[in-house]
Amino acid sequence: MASWGEASQSRLIGKRITRLSGKDKVTGKAKYTYDINRPSMLYARILRSDVAHANVIDIDLSRAEELPGVKAVLPIIEVGKKLRYQGQEIAAVAAETDDIAKDALRLIFVDLEELPFVVTEEDALAEGAPQIRDWVGNKSNPGTNEKGEVEIGFNEAAVTVEAKYHTPVQTHVCLETHGNVAEWTDDQNLTVWASTQAVFGVRDDLAGRFELPANQVRVITEHMGGGFGSKFGAGVEGRTAVQLAKITGQPVKLMLTRRAEHLVAGNRPSMTQHVKAGASRDGRLIAYDMRGYGTGGISSGAGFQAPYVYSVDNIRTERFNVTINAGNQRAMRAPGHPQGAFAMDSLMDELAEKLGMNPLEFRRINDPSEVRQAQYTLGAQEIGWHRRNTIPGSGTGVKKHGIGVGSGLWGGGGGRGTQARVTINADGTVEAVTGTQDIGTGIRTAIAIIVAEEFGLTPTDIAVKVGDSGHGLRSGGSGGSQTTASVAPVIKTAAEAAIQKLFEHVAPLLQAPVDDLRVGNGTIYVASDRTKTVTWHQATGLLGMESISEGGNWDQELRQHGVAGTQFAEVEVDTETGNVQVIKIVAVQDCGLAINRLTTESQINGGVIMGLGQTLLEERIMDPLTGRMLNANLEDYKVPGTYEIPEIKSIVFDTHRKVTGVGEPPCIPTLGAIANAVYNAIGVRIRELPITPDKVLTALAQKKA
Amino acid sequence: MSEKDKEKKQSKNISRRSFIKGVGTGTVAATVAPAILVGDEKAAEAQTDEAVASAKIQLNINEEVTEIEVEARTTLLSVLRDGIDTTGNNVDLTGAKLICDKGECGGCTVLVDGKPVYACMMLAMGAQGKQITTVEGIANGDDLHPVQEAFIKHDALMCGFCTPGFVVSSVALLNENNKPTIAEIKEGLSGNTCRCGTYPFIFDAVETASQEM
Repeated sequence: MASWGEASQSRLIGKRITRLSGKDKVTGKAKYTYDINRPSMLYARILRSDVAHANVIDIDLSRAEELPGVKAVLPIIEVGKKLRYQGQEIAAVAAETDDIAKDALRLIFVDLEELPFVVTEEDALAEGAPQIRDWVGNKSNPGTNEKGEVEIGFNEAAVTVEAKYHTPVQTHVCLETHGNVAEWTDDQNLTVWASTQAVFGVRDDLAGRFELPANQVRVITEHMGGGFGSKFGAGVEGRTAVQLAKITGQPVKLMLTRRAEHLVAGNRPSMTQHVKAGASRDGRLIAYDMRGYGTGGISSGAGFQAPYVYSVDNIRTERFNVTINAGNQRAMRAPGHPQGAFAMDSLMDELAEKLGMNPLEFRRINDPSEVRQAQYTLGAQEIGWHRRNTIPGSGTGVKKHGIGVGSGLWGGGGGRGTQARVTINADGTVEAVTGTQDIGTGIRTAIAIIVAEEFGLTPTDIAVKVGDSGHGLRSGGSGGSQTTASVAPVIKTAAEAAIQKLFEHVAPLLQAPVDDLRVGNGTIYVASDRTKTVTWHQATGLLGMESISEGGNWDQELRQHGVAGTQFAEVEVDTETGNVQVIKIVAVQDCGLAINRLTTESQINGGVIMGLGQTLLEERIMDPLTGRMLNANLEDYKVPGTYEIPEIKSIVFDTHRKVTGVGEPPCIPTLGAIANAVYNAIGVRIRELPITPDKVLTALAQKKA
Repeated sequence: MSEKDKEKKQSKNISRRSFIKGVGTGTVAATVAPAILVGDEKAAEAQTDEAVASAKIQLNINEEVTEIEVEARTTLLSVLRDGIDTTGNNVDLTGAKLICDKGECGGCTVLVDGKPVYACMMLAMGAQGKQITTVEGIANGDDLHPVQEAFIKHDALMCGFCTPGFVVSSVALLNENNKPTIAEIKEGLSGNTCRCGTYPFIFDAVETASQEM
């Protein structure tokens, strides 16, 4: 049976290894799509709707076309069609400089007939609200789910809680905006540098649209400046760049502006839950009744997890989607989970309090996961759970401390569909090639670690080639925390096959059977007689003019699906300013076998910080009067900065040796942990995110009154 | 064009130029209005019709002199990333990133006479006669700066897009204060934004670098 072997036998796997791309990234040499400069390259920009809903009466491109330096102007929306949200594409220009492209956009004149719009869930659901889609109402048909008998559950319940929880729309804020550089080498061959989480997805998308054989489209993503779920297909901007390059016969760079990135490049849908839940006197969660909705903008897709993590016997849920005139949602780091976790973990604490029970004890009774049960013990010890306020809000002084807990789960087990090739050349060099892409998670380094472990080399000895569809070795998009569990088993089996082949060349020389050969520190030796040894280069020299090049297979035994996580937060709430400062987060995260402990810890930090942002800072603010987003920039849309960062104690909880993904799961438990800590500090519950100072002060004032 | 219109246009031009002059290293490129959608022809003309002043300037970037023709509105960041010098070569110093384009994120931070500056907020013409150091000029040849070494060691980067800005800001911080406390590190780097969440390891890296400088 395939296995990653014992921890004691690993030289590299599970250790802290610095990433291969580190030097390029700290010196500015790493080239992202945004940094690609091609000879005679043009700069493109897109004119976008500045209104939420309108009929397009006329578009006049002539003045823009006449501007010196403009090479092409391309209409995107047709006259007679509707613009349905702010930021929707109208037309694009390609020009010799970015400034000329900007000028040209101002010379495009568009006649619009503005239409009634709705940009908030409340407005969309109000009686008499304008119906913004011709083919279906603002509210979707509800999806329902029932298990057991919820009314019987409530009859048996000793306590019940009824509450409304809300999380607003969050945007991805990829620092490298979406975009591409498109270059036709001739009319049948296209190269695209794409800021994407899926080089093969973009390749297939563009090949389909431009009617090219897929292998005549090459998509390159050497480095990528953040995606978080929003960068899969080529998108309107990608197709536009390719079209403009085709029209002009010149390479075209088209990157979204920061404003457009907020408006049209995806977001996490909002969530509103009206929930009633009941628990028995002995602390069992026995009834859960939830009616909820969210908005994913002009599309659907506002799903969330409810109930979440904890077992409930009797469940009734009803949820629907609300359509508004705003940019579409896209997958965002653990879609549906953080918002669901916030509501569920808040609810759990509210029930526990009514029962007069320690919230951790209440969770222990209702949490079916053995892993989380162990994590509760570990995390509680690390945060000092006993220090929490037994009576919430009972601390003295202006700045009050509180401690809270939250939980989460994720899949991350990967899947089939990755092709890889590990090559040993006669000169001793080693290559590992596969179709995945390194979106900042460190898969490039993980691949090198796996191959180096198998070959007795160091990670820097391995040339890893990812992020290029040109070699034709396919892999899936980097989403769902699936990359490591999809790629690592294939790389490992390919490396195993390659070293076996090399052993076959070496065995005659060392006069030993193949299965008695082992790799050591840059050597191959005979296990039963360690005096018999050759260096790596002596061994590969035996290949003569040949290379060894082996593929691998996705062996399910090497990965696991399903990870559990728990986090504890300590906060300090300033009762005069309303400011919430997170002091410490303890993140106990099930990581399976962490190929690289260093980059795994980075991922945990990153998840916690994004979860912190969602809890305390982030919110897309739509103006119901103008239909516009009011904070489509990095000044008014707040993401965590240095001052918000707490001490983060990440505990890599690796009790078994199978790989899994942890890109998404650490951002989930943070919300409930912080929200519950705030309650523990001030004794008033804030059920609507983000927990901003105004909400804290309002809550404190209401408590006093 | 009527006499009155001409007068109006002229006065607009004057005010715009004096505005540029007045602001100096300010925010001209950043205050460009969003696209005008419905027939605001006058505003469009005001932005594009006038002859845009341009000049050949010399910039001292990473201890090399670059001669380049720029418009009054051209930012230092635009020169670094997209500029083509008078010999026809791309400047191609793309380490400084364009992220927010308006001085909100620090991704384009460079040193100007040793001080950290947002290159998106400085006009190229205003950078004449100053020593500009980009992230590409921080290392001494192949010898990385202690900040760079520490960033690699502590994995103070993930996607890496904000990293050049953080590296430059960290160098600037340590040049001013070579033994910063954690609070001083947070303050020194508060003008930089990361979305992957690399902050804790950045703090560790700056502490390590401070011990080695």
